[in-house]
Amino acid sequence: MSKKVALNKAPVEEKQHPMEKILRMDRIPHIWCSTCGIGTTVTALAMALDQLGLDLNKVAILSGIGCTGRVAGYLKLDSFHTTHGRSIPFAFGLHIARPDMKVIVFSGDGDLISIGGNHFIHTARRNADMTVICVNNFIYAMTGGQVAPTTPTTARSATSPYGCYEHPFNLPLLAASSGAVYVARWTALHIRRLANSIKEAIAKPGFSFVEVVAPCSTLYARLNKLGTGLDLMKFYHDNSVIKHGADPKEIDIDYQSQIIVGKFVDIDKPPYIECFNAGNKRVFGDKFKPYGGGNGSN
Amino acid sequence: MKADPQNVLVGAHYLDGNHACGEGGIAAGCKFFAGYPITPSTEIAERVSRRFPLIGGVFVQMEDELASMNAILGASWGGKKSMTCTSGPGFSLMMENFGLGLMLETPCVLVNVQRGGPSTGLPTLPGQADMMQARWGSHGDYEVIALAPDSPQESFELTIHAFNLSEKYRMPVLIMTDECVGHMTEKVVIPPPEEIELVERKYSDVPPGEAWPYMEFDGEVSPMLPVGEGHKFHITGLTHDIRGYPVINSEAQHLNTRHLIDKVKKHADDIIWLEEKDIDGADVVVMAYGISSRVMQPAIAKAKKEGIKVGQIKMVTVWPFPEKRVKELAEKVKAMIMVEMNWGQVYLEMERCIAGKCEAHLIGHGGGTVHNPEDIYNTIKEAVK
Ligand SMILES: Cc1ncc(C[n+]2csc(CCOP(=O)(O)OP(=O)(O)O)c2C)c(N)n1
Ligand code: SF4
Ligand SMILES: [Mg+2]
Repeated sequence: MSKKVALNKAPVEEKQHPMEKILRMDRIPHIWCSTCGIGTTVTALAMALDQLGLDLNKVAILSGIGCTGRVAGYLKLDSFHTTHGRSIPFAFGLHIARPDMKVIVFSGDGDLISIGGNHFIHTARRNADMTVICVNNFIYAMTGGQVAPTTPTTARSATSPYGCYEHPFNLPLLAASSGAVYVARWTALHIRRLANSIKEAIAKPGFSFVEVVAPCSTLYARLNKLGTGLDLMKFYHDNSVIKHGADPKEIDIDYQSQIIVGKFVDIDKPPYIECFNAGNKRVFGDKFKPYGGGNGSN
Repeated sequence: MKADPQNVLVGAHYLDGNHACGEGGIAAGCKFFAGYPITPSTEIAERVSRRFPLIGGVFVQMEDELASMNAILGASWGGKKSMTCTSGPGFSLMMENFGLGLMLETPCVLVNVQRGGPSTGLPTLPGQADMMQARWGSHGDYEVIALAPDSPQESFELTIHAFNLSEKYRMPVLIMTDECVGHMTEKVVIPPPEEIELVERKYSDVPPGEAWPYMEFDGEVSPMLPVGEGHKFHITGLTHDIRGYPVINSEAQHLNTRHLIDKVKKHADDIIWLEEKDIDGADVVVMAYGISSRVMQPAIAKAKKEGIKVGQIKMVTVWPFPEKRVKELAEKVKAMIMVEMNWGQVYLEMERCIAGKCEAHLIGHGGGTVHNPEDIYNTIKEAVK
């Protein structure tokens, strides 16, 4: 067997993809199904990064495992595809080492909230400066459409074939009550509003969270006979209600019911490194050199 | 390069193995420690949390060991020397992302202060029964490097050595100590910084846009790519090619896993560290690591006094296993004996390498306390009969 790996360079094309700046074109085509909502969400992130005018050398993206977990692999940033549920603590370590960088976690509902749930609440509690974008398709898509902690009661999945009977998590409530300083929810239909929220979230110091309700056409839609991804987008159009500042306690998502979207939390609270510095300054005074300048070394 | 003077607590100290291990990490330049309390390892975290603020380090008590392991990987990619410590139950939780660290080829140090197991086992008492877990505890095929200190002094020194190996071979390195060594207090001499040699991380000098996170999958170590410098590299826990891109097929799997294995196997002679005594002309050779290598001393002395030709090998590194050396010796001696605080783990490797060429004996022990040297003496006597 040859020891060298053949590098399949993508053929040079005349026309530029409008997102070429941010996409790894040598990894396109991606694996997502047509009318999947993940791609739209990535577009919103790309728009946000573009509008923020950030130095993309200083932006890192991390994902866990799942269909959404593949996002990190398609973005032309320092990008980390970690293990299932663990992108947040990996991101936390990276953030501490490089506080000068923007750290974005982009993953699925199962990944972030089920297996990674403990990391999610604790990193929110610490108010570590990072942005977590969660594509909530109400299901474990990558593994074939099993029930998730977000699956609405009565919705069917591959492992709730008679309808889910558990209470799902309300993600903005979970994030807000855990300590997130910025919390918003949109659907994959609200692409400009979503991009704007992602922009605000990235700019916000501290733990910011954006939930994106997005169609999984292949599994969630099919198993629940909801049509295609397009039909779900139409459903979002007809059933989502923008309520900025709504009480996160009152925005549960029931099966095929109204989806309340908007920005729910936008508060100021010192992020982790600021607390770390203040705590040590209080004790050591001038002997303590504040952490976090430049590339994080001091 | 030499250690940074601000990190080195020069002088003679009276420290237990855990505190010494923490000092070793600090002297090696560790600047990020993520951990979760667990007996009998906690003093390492406590030491580091107390020492870090004034030397620019960040200690974080994480929500669990899964988080700890991941956080040190993230921090390592961010450019910080990073470490964590734990014991059995936490070691189990770290295994998942110890594997990620191996797969991503991430330098960092993981200390397991072993206690009795399985499960919650003997929280406050020693064991050496995680040795095979260290070797195989994460899923998949790979090689590991594991060191076993036998004293507080060695806990200090081997922690520095572990950092050096982890940077040299670009992989997580294990320190498999135990409750006895962790909690035994002895004199520890911390040398001046100019006497502490550190291996610095190699970063690629290939310009952004042309560099991949791995150079070739040939068992050699690739320099790392720094974050935040425009390389915009990708790394994944999936089977990947040198670009760090996932490739889900058998050929890529072959290349990727052979590389991870060969990285250690090809350099085994450089990595393996044995302390041998009285091997020439020995009839029987006793092998041990960590605390057991000290416990066997009175037994060996007694046997020698009686004229038994007994040699010894203290394994400073347990993994990779010294296959070549054991095979060599098996041709020459009558018997080899493994002393370890478990019911036969590293012994299995010794026995495999002996392959019937001489006798193989295990002096096993369930843990909770160290061996009775008398049992070791009796086995030595039995072996030369
Ligand atoms: C430790 C572990 N358990 C289980 C899996 C299998 N697995 C892969 S993706 C996934 C669920 C992903 O669901 P979600 O995060 O919602 O992502 P989606 O595919 O829906 O975007 C699971 C259970 C795994 N990779 N690792
Ligand atoms: S299975 Fe669902 S979530 Fe996954 S790519 Fe297809 S539509 Fe998207
Ligand atoms: Mg999902």
